[in-house]
Amino acid sequence: MATREAFLAKVRAAQPEARERPEVPLFASVGGDLRARFTAALAGMGGTCVEASSATDVLALIHERFGADASVCSAAPEVAGTRPLSADMLPASLQDVDVGVVRARFGVAETGSVWFSEQEYVVNAIGYIVQHLIVLLDPAQMIDGLQDVYRRPDFQRARYAALVTGPSATADIEGVLIRGAQGVRSLTVVWLSAPH
Amino acid sequence: MSRIDHAKAAGAFIAKTEHVAFHDKRLWDLREKRDAQAHNIAEWETLRELASGIKEHTLSHLSGYLEQFASTAEANGVTVHWAATAEEHNELVYQIMSGRGMTTLVKSKSMLTDECAMREYLEPRGITVMETDLGERIQQLDHQDPSHMVVPAVHKLRGDVAQLFGRTIGTDPENSDIHYLAESQRMNTRPYFVREKTAGMTGCNFAVAETGTVVVCTNEGNADLSANVPPLHIASIGIEKLIPKVADLGVFVRMLSRSALGSPITQYTSHFRAPRPGTEMHYILVDHGRSERLAMQDFWYSLKCIRCGACMNTCPVYRRSGGLSYGGTYSGPIGAIINPTYDLKRYSALPFASTLNGSCTNVCPVKINIHEQIYKWRQVITERHEVPFVKQEVLKMAGRLLASPTLYRATVSSMGGALRRLPNFVLYNPLNIWGRQRELPEAPKLTFHAWYRKNRGGGDGNA
Repeated sequence: MATREAFLAKVRAAQPEARERPEVPLFASVGGDLRARFTAALAGMGGTCVEASSATDVLALIHERFGADASVCSAAPEVAGTRPLSADMLPASLQDVDVGVVRARFGVAETGSVWFSEQEYVVNAIGYIVQHLIVLLDPAQMIDGLQDVYRRPDFQRARYAALVTGPSATADIEGVLIRGAQGVRSLTVVWLSAPH
Repeated sequence: MSRIDHAKAAGAFIAKTEHVAFHDKRLWDLREKRDAQAHNIAEWETLRELASGIKEHTLSHLSGYLEQFASTAEANGVTVHWAATAEEHNELVYQIMSGRGMTTLVKSKSMLTDECAMREYLEPRGITVMETDLGERIQQLDHQDPSHMVVPAVHKLRGDVAQLFGRTIGTDPENSDIHYLAESQRMNTRPYFVREKTAGMTGCNFAVAETGTVVVCTNEGNADLSANVPPLHIASIGIEKLIPKVADLGVFVRMLSRSALGSPITQYTSHFRAPRPGTEMHYILVDHGRSERLAMQDFWYSLKCIRCGACMNTCPVYRRSGGLSYGGTYSGPIGAIINPTYDLKRYSALPFASTLNGSCTNVCPVKINIHEQIYKWRQVITERHEVPFVKQEVLKMAGRLLASPTLYRATVSSMGGALRRLPNFVLYNPLNIWGRQRELPEAPKLTFHAWYRKNRGGGDGNA
């Protein structure tokens, strides 16, 4: 097996003449209402947005969409699930959960993405292994674009971080779009202020 | 290994007329969606400049950034391995897995593991490899290379997939409904994520030196399942994937999916920095010919590639010949400049599979001068006498003709008459491959030279 030293020495000897690192400027925003941009971008990626005024509304929505018997696992303390969730659980134990509920740290207007880390997910697999995902998003936590997102310190601290944009999808057969490839079949963003 | 005959392999694809027509249309559709996205961003061209500049800077300081990436990752609790060759990469994966008694590998798509022929190495040694990307799974079941970097099975139609799944995963071979096929693959694949003795594997789109983070972009969420369910995550990383800082992702992530599929971002853009408590993360940094390419004065720029496939979608030759005709892991214009760096003799036909129209260069988000490199490879191949005999002889004749004005003019004026008189079976004979899908334009009555003498008068036209 190659040693680190031999490997790096070979690369060092091959490097072309040094090139300057360009300064990356912060580009002007396209403007407009962040929430409206987010909603439009998310729709393009197959996700939907709904309004809610309380956690009770969220449970009502889940029952209406997925039935009163749906098994629900919630990583958001304000919404009660039907199944417990804790960081020490095996990810595979979530495989038969119908609906996951998670609060995003923030949303991105440019792309309709929401941001999660292990802190929001509790068990990372909840974002992917359940059948449907309900995302709580505080309208006050909106970021303009990806250039702003990647200037935030959140990535330096999270072990795992994901920008999630709509449900799992594939267009690998004849370009026909299928929602629910390997991950969740649907993703619904619920506008709901974070509890104080 | 024998020389890839691109024209002959493309001929087999072209014979399937429905496939060619769909392939051409589907990929051009991706190109148009890419344009719509690019035109919506005022700073698009500046972003391309920046992406190119950041990549060139990183590659020219690659050993330093690799050291920073590896040290930071180790400090984060990741085990870092160094693989000089494909064989070393495959051995490492096997050792990591067998040392822990693991027998199944669930993975997301990685061009690097295809390049390393990893499945072919692991499977005879008792490791079950499950490709969980739909397109890549189709190709795995059909024992084929991916025919495209982003949409690996784009050369197949729904009926082909129905037949294949019927043969391999027990679906109804007569049911070619795409929802049925995709759902069947989901139901067949998902149990593998939760199996015992299973490891997860992902590739890497960007490796951030500053934080030791591996970034993976998928639409299916299969990388997140592969990395977040099993207790072991192995990421295979080509060393050209390094970028200096997290903030640089604000340039690259903005362009990757817009260039690839014409969507503003992939459904999932995932950042892996440190293992979940109680689990393991391993990075395998792979050279496999990259340092040799980095030392090639004209050709190191191809290492800037972020694998978006935009050059393939726009290329008229690729769209009509299909990815498998390139005979290597990488196809299309980028394959025509990467593959010869591994084996010039084997891939010497690929740089000739181009019209040199430059469209690949114009859509490349990291501004690789692809068509110029294709031209340079032709020069190298000609100098090393790797051009097939017929092409050599034709080019020699053309060279003599073009070097002599008298000979050229005499030939051109007699050609005009000949073109009008010759029957089609002479013009469209098997030796003239350009005639197969094309009608020649009607030859003008006068050559330009004769027209000039007649209408502008005087002189001999040499001025």
